[in-house]
Amino acid sequence: MSDHALDVSMTVNGERVAERIEPRQTLVDFLRDDLGLTGSHVGCEHGVCGACTVRVDGQIVRGCLMLAVQCEGAKVETIEGLSDSGEIADLQAAFVARNALQCGYCTPGMIAAAQDLLRHAKETKRVPSRNEIREHLSGNYCRCTGYHAIVDAVEAVALMRAGR
Amino acid sequence: MKITPDQPPTLTALDRPNSYIGRSVPRPNLHRLTQGRGLYVSDVTLPRMAHVAFVRSPHAHARIKSIAAEAAKKLPGVIAVIAGAQLANVMTPWVGVLTHLKGLKSAPQSPIAVDVACWQGEAVCAVVARSRAQAEDGCELVEIAYEELPAVTNPETALDAKTPVIHASLGDNLCFERKLDVGNVDKAFAESDAVVETTFVFGRHTGVTTEPRAVVADWNEGEQRMTVYHATQAPHMMQDLFAKHLSLAADQVRVLTKDVGGSFGIKVHTYADEMATVALSKLLKQPVKFVADRIESFVTDIHARDHRVKAKIGVKQDGTITAFEIDDLTGIGPYSVYPRTSGIEANQVVNLTGGPYNFANYRAQARVVFTNKNVMCQYRAVGHPIAVAVTEGLVELAAAKIGMDPLELRRRNLIADDAYPCASVAGLKFEQLSHHESLAHLDAMMNYAGLRAEQKKLRGQGIYRGIGFASFIEVTNPSAAFYGVGGARISSQDGATVKLDSQGGITIHSGVTEQGQGTESVLAQCVATSFGVSIDKVRVITGDTDNTPYGGGTWASRAAGIGGEAAWQAGKALRGNVLAVAGSMLQTTPQSLDIQRGVVVDKATGTERLSLDELARVAYFRPDTLPPGFQPELMATRHYVPRAWPFAFTNGIQASYLEVDTDTGFVKLLKHWCIEDCGTIINPQLVDEQIRGGVVQGIGAALFEQCHYDERGQMLNGNMADYLVPMAAEMPDITCGHVVSPTADSELGAKGAGEAGTASAPACIMNAINDALRPLGAQALTDMPFTPGKILAALGKV
Repeated sequence: MSDHALDVSMTVNGERVAERIEPRQTLVDFLRDDLGLTGSHVGCEHGVCGACTVRVDGQIVRGCLMLAVQCEGAKVETIEGLSDSGEIADLQAAFVARNALQCGYCTPGMIAAAQDLLRHAKETKRVPSRNEIREHLSGNYCRCTGYHAIVDAVEAVALMRAGR
Repeated sequence: MKITPDQPPTLTALDRPNSYIGRSVPRPNLHRLTQGRGLYVSDVTLPRMAHVAFVRSPHAHARIKSIAAEAAKKLPGVIAVIAGAQLANVMTPWVGVLTHLKGLKSAPQSPIAVDVACWQGEAVCAVVARSRAQAEDGCELVEIAYEELPAVTNPETALDAKTPVIHASLGDNLCFERKLDVGNVDKAFAESDAVVETTFVFGRHTGVTTEPRAVVADWNEGEQRMTVYHATQAPHMMQDLFAKHLSLAADQVRVLTKDVGGSFGIKVHTYADEMATVALSKLLKQPVKFVADRIESFVTDIHARDHRVKAKIGVKQDGTITAFEIDDLTGIGPYSVYPRTSGIEANQVVNLTGGPYNFANYRAQARVVFTNKNVMCQYRAVGHPIAVAVTEGLVELAAAKIGMDPLELRRRNLIADDAYPCASVAGLKFEQLSHHESLAHLDAMMNYAGLRAEQKKLRGQGIYRGIGFASFIEVTNPSAAFYGVGGARISSQDGATVKLDSQGGITIHSGVTEQGQGTESVLAQCVATSFGVSIDKVRVITGDTDNTPYGGGTWASRAAGIGGEAAWQAGKALRGNVLAVAGSMLQTTPQSLDIQRGVVVDKATGTERLSLDELARVAYFRPDTLPPGFQPELMATRHYVPRAWPFAFTNGIQASYLEVDTDTGFVKLLKHWCIEDCGTIINPQLVDEQIRGGVVQGIGAALFEQCHYDERGQMLNGNMADYLVPMAAEMPDITCGHVVSPTADSELGAKGAGEAGTASAPACIMNAINDALRPLGAQALTDMPFTPGKILAALGKV
């Protein structure tokens, strides 16, 4: 630990976390290496692939583009927390039923991004179109599925949540 | 869309009372993956584990004059700094050759470069430290003096006398050459009414798996055993190679493969940095982890498809194809990749070109040359995208030249559906294909006539849409003919062990692996059906050389067709064994009994006789109550390898509908269709998703993906911001359809489906773009990827 390390407190999936963190450590490395939350994945480490997508204070962010020390006082939610709270249970069920994942490496980030779209859709009381779903997920790279099944799964949940 | 649950299908010959063949049952392993509870190699940590980072050559070709490591060694956390010469004492070098590719040659390759680095990105020095960050800090402090050598970067001049030879011991830069001349090609061209000749260029691209390559090697000095957690497609192959090059016995090496974040052929090769990681663990007597970062992936994951093909077709005015001729040149980097070699892709181009068609005259030449760029090797659909683009590109250009509809020209030349079994002009043996039925299915499904009418109408409004097709054949279920006959220790056979547990549950151990394609579901479906239990009673174990039957793993679309058949047979064998126990307990003949829905029943009436957990209870805990001398065998193993045919060829046809913006050169994909015939469909949803994912990978090659190199051999776009991959917004919906021609080589009749999408999509997109631009008099585009700049150039706008 260098002399520059900082004491940082944050909430991760509802748990209070206080750790001494190197300023250069990214949020996703902190979550994976220090907290053992390996559900957030590292794909490109330069903000393109979206595999490290997590939620910080209600907004989805790239875990590789945010430093862990920037999360002082923040509320961080990862796929593990989103799963255990039940918030994304319908999305997960739809992804399973529609085989909207193959290797699954992009999936935690993809589901976090999809949930972000659907939360905002709920606020504006409208069901996103397939094109809007594709647009919103276009920061999350999937090499396996070709995206069609993912769009199907997200669309199905959007309709279900809208009661259609 | 609304998601409809899986329904039991109509009965087929394979159906037993609770059949899962032909049903879209969900994959059991998906729940943990959607919850972030998978176990990828990048997630693995072990006690005492160190991390390795590599100092990589910044030059395409350079002599390593000196390595100064003192400063790095003093850094806190750094455990060791190791150069190539030191590692050479631990691990022997390898040479990627196969005897059945006659004349193929390559040079010995080491885990870390010794004396000379041959491409930009080759590992030159390893730094092992307590954390990856400390290892990278150490790399910063290693000072290496290089003498830059001339780099061979242009395949066209690689064989010229004045071009330096990369490996002096080989004499020249030729890795492999193949020639084929069938019929009388010159005469056929002379007698043709139209001849089309052009050059196709394919952009060198790569797999970009979402999880980069990853390995954790754990040498236990006390046990004298190496355990390797490896994101690989072929655990037994890697066990053999690790053992061989560490001079260990195979049983001293265990390879474990759990979740793998995408493979596509990228993770079926020997990588020098992974071999180095394994050797470092042995040297340092502690676990060592290596996970490639994205920048390393771009310059070390195998590349593929860097081919230039001069090609020619002859046709008669009635559309009859008279001849094909091709000249393929490919630059594969400085080494033929071990153990599959880098000659296979060009060899496939020669084999597959013209494959769907009935014609008599074919001449082909392929040359594979060494260059100082990253190595190339087998990537999803090996050679197919090139052969299909050349064949189908020529077919549509010829159709345009003689003024014939492109589907009509295909109808007149595709091998007839009743002509099988037969062989292609290149000698490929076909058991049963369905080109014409597939084409008819596509024609109807896409409403071809309606789309042509729409296209014509929109052209009047200045909107340029194109329709492109590509018929294809695909190599699946390879026998030993692919690698084994050439001396590679790559298993074409595969095995499955099925056992009954003490509560009536079933466990399958299989030699094939799960890379996300759904292998574990397919295996469970096969055994649940052939044994006779509900699928939720079946658990599948793959990816462990200590605990699975010997097998080849997952590549060349073999897991379902070969691994599935072995599982099917093992399930049947266990059913026989269980019924022997039941017969003994019920004092009846086993032949009068069956297992249905997890219960032993009377075969004739379906009356329930005995539950499996009661049978297991007696067999395991009260065998004293069974007749003397009767021994229950509640575990069965079966193996399978295709024997009747070298490969189970599949076939199909794709179509693309797209719009070209003639002002910007941008291509908007409107719709894509694929009809394919993979024989018996075990799980329709999984087949469709293999097709869709494969199509999009092919679209990437057609529109976006290329590893750009400068003339000094520097990769210019080795990151995901500059190397474009398909993202959701640009991709179309993809409609799939099927024709079913089972292979008679296996009882299941399943062929592979993993590569059909990638094989034919690039050709389809190319043909659709050219169809869109034809009325504008544009030069036909044949140089992938078709970027906006190239399209505007073809239109004469830039």
